[in-house]
Amino acid sequence: MLDRDEDILKAAEDWQKAGHGVALATVVETWGSAPRPAGSSLVINDDGTFLGSVSGGCVEGAVVTEAMDVIQSGKPRMLEFGVADETAWNVGLSCGGTIRVFVEKVG
Amino acid sequence: MKLEILHELNAERAARRPVILVTDTENGEQRLVKAKDFANDPLGTELDKQLRMGKSATIEAGGRKLFLNVYAPTAKLVIIGAVHISQALAPLARSLGYDVTVIDPRTAFASPERFPDIPLVAEWPDTALPPLNVDHYTAFVAVTHDPKIDDPALLHAFERDCFYIGALGSRKTHAKRGDRLRAQGAKDSDIARIHAPIGLAIGAVSPSEIAVSIMAEITAVLRLPPKQKEDAA
Repeated sequence: MLDRDEDILKAAEDWQKAGHGVALATVVETWGSAPRPAGSSLVINDDGTFLGSVSGGCVEGAVVTEAMDVIQSGKPRMLEFGVADETAWNVGLSCGGTIRVFVEKVG
Repeated sequence: MKLEILHELNAERAARRPVILVTDTENGEQRLVKAKDFANDPLGTELDKQLRMGKSATIEAGGRKLFLNVYAPTAKLVIIGAVHISQALAPLARSLGYDVTVIDPRTAFASPERFPDIPLVAEWPDTALPPLNVDHYTAFVAVTHDPKIDDPALLHAFERDCFYIGALGSRKTHAKRGDRLRAQGAKDSDIARIHAPIGLAIGAVSPSEIAVSIMAEITAVLRLPPKQKEDAA
């Protein structure tokens, strides 16, 4: 993708250096009409502050919650969101797509 | 992501050098590969393809799922000549995602009324170009028809290794241009890099159609593998 995530990755580095726990969530696979392409990312710190987007707003809340666990545990995890995935998640993508989001700790 | 990797990634992006971050999504292992190292990388072919397409994707290699996150700089387009074609070319290129700058020392041409919202430099190329940091991720187009303006600009484009260099003019005009540029120190390999006549041969007539043919050629050079590129351009 073109270089549009500058602030996000810069923020990840700045927050980490300022002593925050930081996690990075990145869309790694998409099916159907996913709202954001693979490579889109969201950076989250331990205050719950976040920047960027993995879905244009549909699932960010759930990603932030998961990211808090990842900051605690240090273990990366894979999340999957989609309208067909009602049992696993209460949030879905209204546009009918499915996305997989990789969440990792920074530092 | 390790802080060293993030730091290096940000440094490479700030320097407008393309890189791909390879992540094993099973265990979180990561490595950063610079474009200049693709040729010696076991994933070289895949990395090259994803960078050319400017697309991040998950691939399978050696039984592992790897996410290739592509960080390519935003391409720039430098247009030498605030002429009629440029008035169509600049907004078209911008809609395709390019950072566009138009340069023309003739203030009657380089006026904001003719180029609303487009960065415009009414200076000679020798003054206008150095601050623009023209680099490999820049497409460079010379369309003034005036050697005093086009020639020094083209010499700058050779020096900065722009991924696309095009110049307006017939084959005859271009042959003369080649002679002039060689006399100023350009190599034959530099002259061979100029796309002239400019643009894909689509029978373009109007300035807007010529703009389409130029952007089509630039897109082909940016996205196609080398062999198909020769066929298209």
